[in-house]
Amino acid sequence: MIDIDLTMVNWARAQFALTAMYHWIFVPLTLGLSFLCAFFESIYVKTGNKAWRSITKFWMTLFGINFAIGVATGIILEFQFGTNWSNYSWMVGDIFGAPLAIEGIFAFFLEATFFAVMFFGWNRVSKKFHLFSTWMVAVGSNLSAVWILVANGWMQNPVGMFFNPETARFEMENFAAVVFNPVAVSKFVHTSSSGFLLASLFVLTISCWYLIKGRHIEMAKKSIVVASVFGILSSSYVAFTGDESAYQVAQKQPMKLAAIEGLYKGESRAPIVAAGIINPKKQPGDNLNPFLVKVEIPWLLSIMANRSLDSFVPGIDDLVYGNKEQGIESVESKIVRGKTAINNLALFKQARKENNDQKADMALAEFNMTKQYIGYGYLDTPEEAVPPVALPYYAFHVMVALGSLFPILFALFLFYAYRGTLAEKKWLLPFGLISGLLGLIAQQAGWIVAEVGRQPWAIYKLLPVKVATTNLAASNVQITFFMFLIIFTLLLIAEIKIMLKQISIGPEEEN
Amino acid sequence: MISNLDYMTLQQLWWVICSIVGALFLFLTFVQGGQTLLWQVAKTDLEKSLVVTSLGRKWEMPFTTLVLFGGALFAAFPKFYSTSFGGAYWVWMLILFSFIIQAVSYEYRKKENNFLGSGVYELFMFINGSVGVLLIGTAVGTFYTGSNFTLDILNRVTWDYTFLGINLRGLEAAFSLFNLSLGIFLVFNARVLGSLYLLNSIDLSSTPDLEARLRKGTLINFLIALPFLLYVLVSVLLIKGFGVDASGTVSLVSYKYLLNLLAMPHLLVMLLLGIVLVLYGVILASFKGSDKGIWFSGLGTVLVGLVVLCLPAFNNTAFYPSKLDLQSSLTIYNASSSMYTLATMTYVAIGIPFVLAYVIYVWKLMDSKKLTKDEVINDESY
Repeated sequence: MIDIDLTMVNWARAQFALTAMYHWIFVPLTLGLSFLCAFFESIYVKTGNKAWRSITKFWMTLFGINFAIGVATGIILEFQFGTNWSNYSWMVGDIFGAPLAIEGIFAFFLEATFFAVMFFGWNRVSKKFHLFSTWMVAVGSNLSAVWILVANGWMQNPVGMFFNPETARFEMENFAAVVFNPVAVSKFVHTSSSGFLLASLFVLTISCWYLIKGRHIEMAKKSIVVASVFGILSSSYVAFTGDESAYQVAQKQPMKLAAIEGLYKGESRAPIVAAGIINPKKQPGDNLNPFLVKVEIPWLLSIMANRSLDSFVPGIDDLVYGNKEQGIESVESKIVRGKTAINNLALFKQARKENNDQKADMALAEFNMTKQYIGYGYLDTPEEAVPPVALPYYAFHVMVALGSLFPILFALFLFYAYRGTLAEKKWLLPFGLISGLLGLIAQQAGWIVAEVGRQPWAIYKLLPVKVATTNLAASNVQITFFMFLIIFTLLLIAEIKIMLKQISIGPEEEN
Repeated sequence: MISNLDYMTLQQLWWVICSIVGALFLFLTFVQGGQTLLWQVAKTDLEKSLVVTSLGRKWEMPFTTLVLFGGALFAAFPKFYSTSFGGAYWVWMLILFSFIIQAVSYEYRKKENNFLGSGVYELFMFINGSVGVLLIGTAVGTFYTGSNFTLDILNRVTWDYTFLGINLRGLEAAFSLFNLSLGIFLVFNARVLGSLYLLNSIDLSSTPDLEARLRKGTLINFLIALPFLLYVLVSVLLIKGFGVDASGTVSLVSYKYLLNLLAMPHLLVMLLLGIVLVLYGVILASFKGSDKGIWFSGLGTVLVGLVVLCLPAFNNTAFYPSKLDLQSSLTIYNASSSMYTLATMTYVAIGIPFVLAYVIYVWKLMDSKKLTKDEVINDESY
């Protein structure tokens, strides 16, 4: 049996959360800002107006500052799967490694190659080739998001694979199923469009600062128009794809949906909680009210989860303790079957080692009957299958609330820009000024929903996080946790200071 | 065609692909080598700007290649990925750390209000070029000297090497003279390549002192690298290697790598040709006043790198041997992904020549004119 050092597991989780959250400060900006730079430069090439060249160069400078730290914080994520999560790497590397390799081959090189042209090629290549390079950086950045989100989508909804008892690992059997996994598709479109949204908010923030200060007014107005159009389109798309993501979560990860809605007792015609305060004492299986206070919208959860008004949405208690009426098996029963699978796998491996084919065949036949429960066999109690509830619940509601606000904000900015009275709307500009920060909060909240809501699984239902780690003393991970915390924080401070200085300097030339 | 390839061929093909990526990375360490030269060859702000801007236009290449190397190993040889990265924890963490601090240094070094000061970013570059490359060399050295791990029945790695009561998790690789020599060779070879690249990419007409230092530096760094290379080569010919018999049992075999070279003479030819090309590049720069040395030494490095990575993997050899339990050693056959995954990845790899083609095209386009003093003063520069 595997010895599990829970202290190490928790430090490894903390380290992954730390590095992923830092990385995700910069990446969504890269995804969106790269396209905005391409838009600005396209207008310049089309019109020949040098003011647009100046605007492009200004936003490109900020893009470059952000890009560098995004790259720096990204490298550790790929290798962390090996260093801290080596059992995971072995168990699912056959499937999970491929998207990462493809990301490296097709996306990173596109970014890296054309990034140099984008920054240093203004006087070395033709105007059109430079524009092409800027577009390639945008395409490359977003292509990298495709593959990493295919990988993440597979963790949330493992498809296109089987468990091979001979190698004791999961192996790929259908690459197309992995790539076109519905969870991965909805995750990519939702995540990339949210990056476009954040970049638009970022442009809004800085442009509003210029308008408030009365500097670079023409540049700020032009930037706001482009960002608002992009922002409206992307925020509409974020809402649409968010609905699809929620549907996929309901279909593939009902426990996550129950957690983010604070739903303990499932019901038909389930209402959605628009706002509420979670009861901190609430535990699965007790009779306490899950909420201290809440505001509900009737029927909406059933519609969102199953696209059907009368449908039943299971709660945490249904999923943990079972619900015969709805045909839901209890976790306790799954744990028993899972432990049987693990025992039979061990018997099979031992028999193979002893070259005892008869014993191996018997163990394999037994294993095959319960293999789909193998992940549950590592859980000690049924309640362990429940993710933390409060954190994903609040994160989800913060994300949705902010996401609903942004299209209104963009519409207002676009309306007043069209009327030519934007600079006079002193009441509106502060909202634009803080919008970038709000966008960043919504981004982080989104990933908290996705990743905390996935607990306790590394691979949903197949591999719990606690079994996925490296056999490593916790002290090693503690030290590297603080190494990353310190260096990333120092680099973040440097990034912010440099960016503020560049914003304060402003675009170099205008006419 | 790919569908007709058998499992063993796919496993060998993917080791070759990973080795090519690794060998290209070694060529691209001219960026890292150049970083360690900064304080030595650039004495004025202008010289520093020329060196850093020239390297800065390429810094993402080795970085991206390293990431691809990791990704390709993860996809094709997941047992190696999990065993080495999870086992030799500290070696890989320190290598990664050196690349994290490099990634921001070019962009932030000369920016106003950069918080840490330009000297710290230059130090980051130096650490990346010295410690980072040294540790990569020692990690590769363990392909020949072995590591201290065992694998259980479910392939979970246990690493066991304690020094003063601390499990060093891979850092002990630096205690081996062979590993250390390979690491030091790579550091100084990277410095040779760095000098050659800078000679090729910068218009040195306005900075003759910089040119003189670079030409001198090429020869000195090569002469420092040479004894370490010779030590590694002689050792490879003499040491015992980790052979695998037909039943898959691993045992120590005398002169294994010499036997491998004799069994695979194309590797011997590549090794000798590689060394000659590196030397020719150095001669061109040091004695002939040429700026083309980088292409010869670069190609030579790729050939030597390919041999270093292929020699311990083919001809029934364990490429990631365990010193603690020989039977836990990894071969390209027991560490690989499934046949389906390797075949799928091979279809994907058809795109690699296209990627290489546009990388080379853009490289040529951007480097068709040398970096001038005026450019770093008036245009975008690091």
